[in-house]
Amino acid sequence: MSIATTYRTCPRSGLQFESQAEKLMLANAVAAVVFLLIGGILAIGVVLTRWPSIHWLEADTFYKVLTAHGIDMLIFWIIFFEIAVLYFCSSTLLRCRIATPKIAWAAFALMVVGAVMNNVAVYQGGSSVMMTSYVPMMAAPSFYLGLILFAVGALVACFVFLGTLVVAKAEKTYQGSVPLVTFGAITATIIAVFTIVSGAIILVPTYLLSIGVIDAVDPLVYRTIWWAFGHSSQQINVSAHISIWYAVAAIVFGARPMSERVSRGAFLLYILFLQLASAHHLLADPGVSTEWKVVNTSYFMYFAVLASMIHGLTVPGAIEVAQRQKGYNKGLFEWLRKAPWGNPSFSGVFIAIVGFGFLGGISGVMMGTEQLNLIIHNTIYVPGHFHATVVIGTTLSFMALTYFLIPVLFKRETIAPKLAQWQPYLFGLSMYGFCLVMMGAGTLGVSRRHWDMAFQGAALAYEWPGAAYMMMGLVGVFGIAAIAGGAIYIYVTVGSLLWGKKLDGGTVSDRTTPVPPTAPAAAVQTYGSSRMVAPGSFVLALIFLAAFVLYYFINWKYLSQLWGLS
Amino acid sequence: MTAIAPPSERLWWKHPLDRVEGLWLAIAFVWCMVMFFMMVYWHMYGAQNLSTETYKTTPELFTTKTQAMVDQYTVRTELDGAYPVVAPPPGSDVYMIARLWNFWPILQLEKDQTYRLHLTSMDYNHGFSLQPANINIQIVPGYEHVVTVTPNQSGTYSVVCNEYCGIGHHTMVGRIYVK
Ligand code: HEM
Ligand SMILES: [Cu+2]
Repeated sequence: MSIATTYRTCPRSGLQFESQAEKLMLANAVAAVVFLLIGGILAIGVVLTRWPSIHWLEADTFYKVLTAHGIDMLIFWIIFFEIAVLYFCSSTLLRCRIATPKIAWAAFALMVVGAVMNNVAVYQGGSSVMMTSYVPMMAAPSFYLGLILFAVGALVACFVFLGTLVVAKAEKTYQGSVPLVTFGAITATIIAVFTIVSGAIILVPTYLLSIGVIDAVDPLVYRTIWWAFGHSSQQINVSAHISIWYAVAAIVFGARPMSERVSRGAFLLYILFLQLASAHHLLADPGVSTEWKVVNTSYFMYFAVLASMIHGLTVPGAIEVAQRQKGYNKGLFEWLRKAPWGNPSFSGVFIAIVGFGFLGGISGVMMGTEQLNLIIHNTIYVPGHFHATVVIGTTLSFMALTYFLIPVLFKRETIAPKLAQWQPYLFGLSMYGFCLVMMGAGTLGVSRRHWDMAFQGAALAYEWPGAAYMMMGLVGVFGIAAIAGGAIYIYVTVGSLLWGKKLDGGTVSDRTTPVPPTAPAAAVQTYGSSRMVAPGSFVLALIFLAAFVLYYFINWKYLSQLWGLS
Repeated sequence: MTAIAPPSERLWWKHPLDRVEGLWLAIAFVWCMVMFFMMVYWHMYGAQNLSTETYKTTPELFTTKTQAMVDQYTVRTELDGAYPVVAPPPGSDVYMIARLWNFWPILQLEKDQTYRLHLTSMDYNHGFSLQPANINIQIVPGYEHVVTVTPNQSGTYSVVCNEYCGIGHHTMVGRIYVK
């Protein structure tokens, strides 16, 4: 079957882009960056209001801005970018045409319409319900309808991705199994389908409630199903950004997985267990049984944690093996010291790995422990945790990948390469600080989604300790630094796209050159020998474990001093 | 060959593990099991476990029960009579209403005594955030959550609402005295 399209081979990377897929990736990536920009501007309002000595916005504006910040960032920025990544992992890596480009464009249009509709609803007021929109607090019908349209678009895009895999298989554009990175993307897609269906199950009735077709949605049922959607959507992000880690390791170092079996097995664990962990958002809720909480939040979740701990070793491990083969073999860490720290694709991914593991991972497991959840539920610790996962982990990894895509996909020279070099450090490290002080304030009890920690106008006001005020002040300082880092990313990306020097796109052909079969390479594995292939990564992993164990038990000690509860 | 190309060996799933990977897998697995059993252990030997006792309720039903407690055990009032301070006997059922935008009434409990604290909301979701002890429990409308509490220190405690509940959210603070 021949379909009229063309394939461009990029002279800088050797990657082959099909013309429809390329345009779709570009459109989705640009839409993503637009929402990152909006969400970033809103972050200024959020952070300057939570900084106690500035306390900038009025209460109603603050809640409006916070609702929009959460949705624009967590949903629109991330999912638009993910769709671009899915098309890259299918059409580009497997060198095939994209299935049904017209439908893919329709999906994109639906997503744009939905996102705009939802934003308009929020700014009009009357829909400041936060991204979780817990019933019985109601938003305008167009708030829910916007989200539903966006979700349908995203679901259609997932099926275009799956269809593209079928095309590649049928047209034999590669041999054997799909690459590990594509495998990770498939994981993300499978979880996405589950997620979007859960979202529909709860948002469609809520939409009907908002237009008066049905008269009640049970608040506890809402919370339970909403989190089946809200939690698993975070696992889409994890699968997506871990795929990007492997991809960047491959692109920058030519690294191959230490063993395909372990890395793929770890992705499989995500599919099997992650969506069952939505319980950890309901640990402080009434009406949910202890057994259900323990089994869901832990047993299954810890297999997902196991999977993340595996990737945490195998990604740096793959880099270490590649570096050692290049001769950086001295001591434990020469491979790391001699890594290209000036390449923002690498530095971004590395800062993301460390921050995601140490800050996001450890805090996430702590707060997902049934009893420990009592000491942080709904405090500002929670946004502290998820800015470590979804900003340091996901967002920074997307930024790192963008620096690779500017010359390759956009065909532009990066404007301000020096600025781009510093960006991951500024953004990533100030986010480290931001997350730490939010967790600190949360440990002291400071609430999330709260306009005024001084309780202006409250009859029985509470006085937070001075340390809590100090930490919330530092949230402001680190937050502004991070926003500056985000602004640089947007400047470099948009600037390169608009004004960067045009680069040669490479040869264009009207047929695909299939992925060449890879010659079996000498095994990295030192089967059964006493030498370890990645001792440095192993030591890093042990340091991680020590921090994890220590922090985990400190919190049990803290819990044991509270009022008795039974 | 790299992670962005198909694996070179067709039978990649037959590859033996590398030592580093195998060792880490074993360590991580053991740690996961420790964390799992820690929760079970705490249910058997720990003193802080959240009760799951819950009943369906309505604002009218819950208000009636709360009012009965207030009528029987009020010891004084605060803020010009707006808040009764209620001191039910140890071991009894005590009620606290969460609503836009206050917690009602003020409770007075005794240290090292146990009470069955009933919580619900009259309208939206609210949060029961006991400060400075830092115990945080979700309050969901329509559901009466019965939590058995044993205060272990005397003092004045605040109950801060930490679930967003509208424009007056930041004024929603209640109080519990422990003698
Ligand atoms: C660039 C710098 C950023 C700053 C300074 C910032 C700041 C904040 C702060 C202070 C809050 C908590 C407010 C509160 O609970 O009272 C918040 C909430 C949130 N942020 Fe960010 N943020 C940033 C970027 C991001 C990004 C990139 C994402 C997602 C990818 C994100 C997602 C969220 C979400 C989902 C919430 C929760 C909203 C809610 O409670 O409904 N943020 N942000
Ligand atoms: Cu409230």
